[in-house]
Amino acid sequence: MSFFGFGQTAEIDIVLNDAETRKKAEHRTEDGKKDKYLLFYDGETVSGKVNVTLKTPGKRLEHNGIKIEFVGQIELYYDRGNHHEFVSLVKDLARPGELSQSQTFDFEFTHVEKPYESYTGQNVKLRYFLRATISRRLNDISKEMDIVVQTLCTYPELNSSIKMEVGIEDCLHIEFEYNKSKYHLRDVIVGKIYFLLVRIKIKHMEIGIIKRESTGTGPSVYHENDTIAKYEIMDGAPVRGESIPIRLFLAGYELTPTMRDVNKKFSVRYYLNLVLIDEEERRYFKQQEITLWRKGDIVRRSMSQQATIASQRYEGSNSETVSAQAKEDSN
Amino acid sequence: MSEATVADTRRLNSKPQDLTDAYGPPSNFLEIDVFDPQTIGVGRNRFTTYEVRMKTNLPIFKLKESCVRRRYSDFEWLKNELERDSKIVVPPLPGKALKRQLPFRGDEGIFEESFIEERRAGLEQFINRIAGHPLAQNERCLHMFLQDESIDRNYIPGKVRQ
Repeated sequence: MSFFGFGQTAEIDIVLNDAETRKKAEHRTEDGKKDKYLLFYDGETVSGKVNVTLKTPGKRLEHNGIKIEFVGQIELYYDRGNHHEFVSLVKDLARPGELSQSQTFDFEFTHVEKPYESYTGQNVKLRYFLRATISRRLNDISKEMDIVVQTLCTYPELNSSIKMEVGIEDCLHIEFEYNKSKYHLRDVIVGKIYFLLVRIKIKHMEIGIIKRESTGTGPSVYHENDTIAKYEIMDGAPVRGESIPIRLFLAGYELTPTMRDVNKKFSVRYYLNLVLIDEEERRYFKQQEITLWRKGDIVRRSMSQQATIASQRYEGSNSETVSAQAKEDSN
Repeated sequence: MSEATVADTRRLNSKPQDLTDAYGPPSNFLEIDVFDPQTIGVGRNRFTTYEVRMKTNLPIFKLKESCVRRRYSDFEWLKNELERDSKIVVPPLPGKALKRQLPFRGDEGIFEESFIEERRAGLEQFINRIAGHPLAQNERCLHMFLQDESIDRNYIPGKVRQ
């Protein structure tokens, strides 16, 4: 805000050094739109230039200092006034003085710690951004630039399957099994439901993924549940001894890694929700938590190698045809 | 150790199903018919009863086949007992049709054939819905309604164990 053309004002522009080569990630904003931002990982250096362009040529810009900050913060929507900063770095670009012409300042935040993944949710947002500020007597001029941070993991050492028997006494007993307890975001959930006792009239069965975002602590925790996926795995009435397979590809859904107690402010957890519906529309359900993690991209093998691996696992007589076909395709 | 990019999506191993389980009668057989409406009595003391016949193989019911006669107010009694004693949301009964009980109607009122048929269908839907509910199956009042000759309104409410 300038005072009716008196004095000088300026425009700030932040440009990162590797903006051309660095990968971008899509991230949903608070109002639901998808935008692309530069993608950073923990420990990477954030460096670039701050371009200050004077609006009115010829006039000087008096200021009380120019600085750039790198901020990582958590915003709870119901408490917007209080931002919880967990990363806060400052670099001074210019001491108080005046600019007689447009100028560019270099900056570098070396090996910045970025402990958490960027997250925009229903009631909470975790974001990282650069903020360049020209301090002035009456009003500051500032510019923010958001980046997206992703946290990567490798295959967990321990990844046991989940196997449990549940039911209603004398009415319905099932045993459910999911092949892992920790899945990466492009993984496949392979499981089965085995019926031990069926004394109710089941019409169909479905499986879903529920995302639970918990904000706040102690007595004032608020849980927001969102059904991310829902999909029918059985149509019809099962009897004792029947086994229903489950295969759920996660890559098709908008998921984030499991985030537990981030900076003691919020959690994002995922649950598999198995629901059986009987002929009178009564619902019987069992929720089971799974851990989601983000896998780093690895070098892709050639198509024929991938096909060979797949065909070796495929039961049946088609395996020879598949690998023969793959060899033909790659030629 | 190299990581595979192609996920293993083969089915998990499962026990083969016993053939007697696969082709035998299912364990959830429960059928209740509400039929044969009979209007008993004369003049203003008339009322309609329905036959409630149940066939089941659920072990919680003492009799695998039972046949009793019930009237609308018996169904109302059952609904009230369940609403009071269990945590179930009890499905609705067909209407009480009080208007039909007023004098000076052009038709037979509550003894009109089409009305009785409508009511019969509604009662059948009601009792099938409630009898299939695992929590209702634990209530003494449901068993008395379906399998005892007559309803003892001074009974002691309680739960039934398998």
